[in-house]
Parts: sequence; structure tokens; C-alpha cells
Amino acid sequence: MRIKLSLIVLCLAMVAMLAACGGEADKAEKKAEAPEPAGTIVLGVAGAHSGDLASYGLPTVNAAKLVVAKFNAAGGINGRQIEVVAQDDQCKPELATNAATKMVSDNVKIVLGHICSGATKAALPIYLDSEIVVISPSATNPPLTQSGDYVNFFRTIAPDDAQAALEVAFAKGLGLKNIAVIHDKGDYGKGFASFCKLFVENEAGMEVALFEGVTPGAVDYSAVVQKIKSSGADGVIFGGYHPEASKIVSSMRKKDIDIPFMSDDGVKDETFIKVAGKYAEGVYATGPMDFSGNPLFQEALAAHKKEFGTDPGPFFPEAYSAAIALLTAVQNAGSTDYAKVIEALHNNYVDTAVGKIKFDAKGDAEGVGFAIYQVQDGKYVEIK
Amino acid sequence: MEYFLELLLGGLTRGSIYALIALGYTMVYGIIELINFAHGEIYMIGAFTGLIVAGLLTMLGFPGASILAIALVCAIVWAAAYGYTIEKIAYKPLRGAPRLSPLISAIGMSIFLQNYVMLSQTSDFLPFPELIPEFEFLKANNSIMSSSELVIVIVTILSCVGLSLFIKFTKLGKAMRATAQNRTMAMLVGINVDMVISATFIIGSSLAAVGGVLIASHVGQINYYIGFIAGIKAFTAAVLGGIGSIPGAMLGALVLGLTEAFATGYVSSDYEDVFAFCLLVLILIFRPAGIMGKEKTQKV
Repeated sequence: MRIKLSLIVLCLAMVAMLAACGGEADKAEKKAEAPEPAGTIVLGVAGAHSGDLASYGLPTVNAAKLVVAKFNAAGGINGRQIEVVAQDDQCKPELATNAATKMVSDNVKIVLGHICSGATKAALPIYLDSEIVVISPSATNPPLTQSGDYVNFFRTIAPDDAQAALEVAFAKGLGLKNIAVIHDKGDYGKGFASFCKLFVENEAGMEVALFEGVTPGAVDYSAVVQKIKSSGADGVIFGGYHPEASKIVSSMRKKDIDIPFMSDDGVKDETFIKVAGKYAEGVYATGPMDFSGNPLFQEALAAHKKEFGTDPGPFFPEAYSAAIALLTAVQNAGSTDYAKVIEALHNNYVDTAVGKIKFDAKGDAEGVGFAIYQVQDGKYVEIK
Repeated sequence: MEYFLELLLGGLTRGSIYALIALGYTMVYGIIELINFAHGEIYMIGAFTGLIVAGLLTMLGFPGASILAIALVCAIVWAAAYGYTIEKIAYKPLRGAPRLSPLISAIGMSIFLQNYVMLSQTSDFLPFPELIPEFEFLKANNSIMSSSELVIVIVTILSCVGLSLFIKFTKLGKAMRATAQNRTMAMLVGINVDMVISATFIIGSSLAAVGGVLIASHVGQINYYIGFIAGIKAFTAAVLGGIGSIPGAMLGALVLGLTEAFATGYVSSDYEDVFAFCLLVLILIFRPAGIMGKEKTQKV
């Protein structure tokens, strides 16, 4: 008898819970069905806003707020005010799809995000199906644009392989034919070196003389330097960081190997010059373009300090620029119409914090990315 | 052929670098059967002392060769003081303890010293001046062997020979051998074992300091972490040659250095460590005590 009673109570409790859930769902539906406040354009911001990688995602939210405030202060877009709606994905692909679905159900038409490449990749098919334009300030995975799968995807940061492409093009310009590609076996260095190797192999008249990884922190690299010499290479590309680069380049110069030494962002560091000293002279390194002198960037920086009282975090300039590019495109298109916004992004140049940009056929920003620097008289000087 | 010669000499240099550090490992192990993991850190502290002294002397305008000499002496004194103190603080209180306890104490000491240098100096890489002057007669053959490489090889050979003679013929050397064979017995015949052990640490640390200054000058950069990687390799070399044996450490280090150089030269530097450690495994399978190590009968 008692058991029966408790069963009944349990059933009742379950029914009550179901009813409660139904109520929630109803409410949510009502919220979604409720018409958008007339005239507002919603800018969705998706990315890591909590969790381990929140520090990468939150600056983008701040950037969006600042840009939106700027546009609203100037009367909005065609008289319509803009509103920011943020969705958290914690840089996790499974949460990114949730965030994307919410954007779709909230009837958002333009999205700034996501932050991590993996999350972006997971969310993009949902946006594509629902005809939502997406622009990321930080997803650098090359296939996101280069695969051509996502006509709705744009980014204001250079893809991972842009640095390698620039490096190889520059090596070609120097007239190098036979290149030794060395890396430090790390994710960053080896990734960069592998792209370099690929691009050199694809280039007619250029060959990879040597492709090797060295152990970071080893006491000396004389064996690998001898190998570079005997391979007959006329140039060295190194992927990795400055401690190994300075050891290799010093060792090369001491052994009278005077071929050009080119490296990456990990070497474009003042410590490299300090440590390698006179051997650093003439070394080339790619590094992000310097946009610190850009007035829009300085304005963004000042606005951030005024509004939030701190210096902005990572990807802030890219996010600020992405928001400007996206809202300007909407302005040029006259509405948030999918095809028109995409067309506007491809066709019109826009002044942003990272420079004057427009987007190429695949969705990568033209005029954003890396420059070549050379050590001259103990300083990195931008060349070309 | 020239390529072979270049690799051979490169390997020889690398082996000598390992040997300078391995000698200290092997000496300490020979006497108290302790793997002194803090030895790599002594090497690093020697290099830092050399850098600081050399910087000071350069500012004061001393001539080139005297800077090297004074820096070396200061590094030796300072590192020896560290070695002596470490033994007194971290190992002596644990002399009667199970063998694992001093080992863990050694690892702790190593971590402590790394972090101490990182906090008191810097975590950045620092440039190390080229203290070893360029020799005229080597200038033409710079691509084969530089003056710093030559100096390192010669210093290593001299240290090894000198140390062997010292242990064979001096009174302290005899006391060391006696302590290594049987500590209790040595005490009973009137050897001051504490003093002998301290002397061992002082000599080992001095060699590490010489190595630190010369190698840092050859490589051109230091940071607080250099002792760890060099220490691991030197330890491998000491095990390879038979830990406890001085000619063994030298031989093991040379074998390791040459293997790495030839593996890089003829196969790929990706597999440098693979070859080095495969060699270690092979040698330990066929000669468990190392190349020059003596099979010890278990004491009952």
C-alpha cells in the first residue's frame, strides 16, 4: 500500500515537472515569436565568454559594444539602432553549434565570431543554411576560407599559412632556388615550416634542399649547420622561436656560411637581436603588420580605456575592425539582406583599425597580415 | 670526406661538452652512490657567475684574456661554494636514509636552484660574450673547428687526465677510492669521510663551472634552464660509460656526442635523440654497468 502511494506521488511529481518544462518551452517560444523591436539590427557576438579561453573571447564583445555605440551615436544604420547579443561557446565545438542555433532562432542576421577555429568550423554549416553572414577576428585555420565551402564566412586576421606564403614569395624574390627548411619540432614552428615546404615545392624552379627538425635546447647545432652547408642550400627558412634561431644563425656565421636566414614571428623579437648580437644582422623575419600608428586603432584603444578602464585583450583590433567592416557592409547594402551584405564585403574598401581592407573571393581580408622585417643595425626594419 | 671530418669534430666537441658535466655526476656517484640531479644547476650557476663577472670586468676595461681567466676563477669558487653547501644542506642529513630520499632531495634542490636563478636573475635568454679569443692559425679552417671548440676539447681531455691522475696518486684521491669502496671501513682506518665527500662535491662543481663558462661562451646564450637539458644528456653519458668511472664518463660522453652528430649528419636531426637513446638501451642490455663500469657483486 505504501509502495503504491509513493509510486503515485512519484508519478504526480513527474507530471508536474513535465508541465513545468512545457511552461518553460512555451515561454521560450513566445519570446522567439515576439517581433523584433521595430527597426533594430541585431549584431550577434559568439565566442568564448567563459571558461579557460574567455580572455580570447571577451575583448571581441567589448570591441562590438564600442563599435555599436559609435554607430548608434552617429544615428545607427539608415536610422535603425544596433543591438549586441552575445552567445558563449567556450571555444568548444559542441557549444558553438548551440550558440549558432540560438542565433538562428533569435533571427540574428550578422554574427561577429567565433573565436577559435574549431568552434567556428562547427558552427559555420548552421549559419550557412540559415543565410547568416559570419566574420571572425581570430579563427586562423586556413581551410575555413580556402576550402570555398563557406561563402558566408569572412575574417580580419590572416590565416595560419599566410606567413609561410609571404616568406616563400620573398625568398623567391631574393632569387633563392634551393632552400633548407629547419624547424624546432613544435606545433608552431613545424606547422610554419611544413607550409613553407609545401609552397616551395609548388613553386617552379625552387626546391627544398633539406627539411629537418632540431631539438630545442640542445647544447649546439653544429651538426645540422654542417648538413645545411653540405646540402648546397642557398637560403635557410627556420620555423620556431628565437633561442634556437640565434644558436643556429650564430653557428652558421661562425662557420662562414653567409646565406640568407629567414624566420617567422617567433624570431621577430628584440631578444633575438640582443642574444644573437652581431650575428643577427641581415636576418629576415616575418611579423604582423604594424598598425599601431593607425588613427582608428588609437581611437579604439582610447575608447576602450575610457569605457572599460583597461587595455584591450587579444584580437581586439581585429574584432573592432571586423565589427566596423560588417556594419559598414550592412550600411552599404541598405539592409541585412544576405546576398547584398556579402557583395558589399567583397566589393567595398573600408577603413578599419588594422588598415584599409576589403575581402577577397574566399573571404580573407586583403591588406591584413604580415610584413617582412630585416635586422639592420640592431633593429628590425620593415622592408618592401 | 670533408663532411665526415666536420661531423666528427662537431661530435667530438659536443661529446666534450657532455663530458665536462658528466665527470661531476660520475664522481659523486662513485663516492656516495647518489645521482646528484642538482649538478646541472651548478653548471648553470657557474655560467651565470661567469657572465656577471665578465660583464663587470668588461665595463672596467680589462684586457680580453684576463677576463676569461678571472671569470673562470670566480665561477669555480662560487660554484664550488654552492656544491659544498648543497651537500651539507640537502644530502648529508640523509646519509643514513634509504637511497630514494637523497635522490628526491636532489631533484628538489635542482628545482629550487632553477627557480632561484629565474627569480633573482631573469627568465629571459641572455647573450653570453665570446670570452675565448679567436686563434690566428684556426681562422682559415673556421668551418671545420673554431677556437672555442678546440679549447673545450682540450680542457675536457686535460680535466679527465688530471682527475684520473689525482685520484690515482694523491692522498686525497686514495681516500676517495677508499670511501667509494667501503665507507665504514674507510672511517675505521681514520679517513675523514665527511671531508672526502665535501672535496668530491667541490671538485665536481668546479669542473661544472669551468664547463659552464666555456660552453656558454661557445654557444653564446644562457638562461636559467640550460642546466637541465645539459644535465640530462651528461647523466646519460655517465650511465653509458659506466657511472662511477671517470674514463667511462669521458668515453660515454664522446660516444653520445658522436652518435648524435652522425645521426644528424647522415640520417636526420629529427631522430638525433632516438639514436642516442637506442644506443643507451643497446649498451645497457649487453653491458648493464655501462661500457667501463665494473660488475659489482651484490653485498650481502
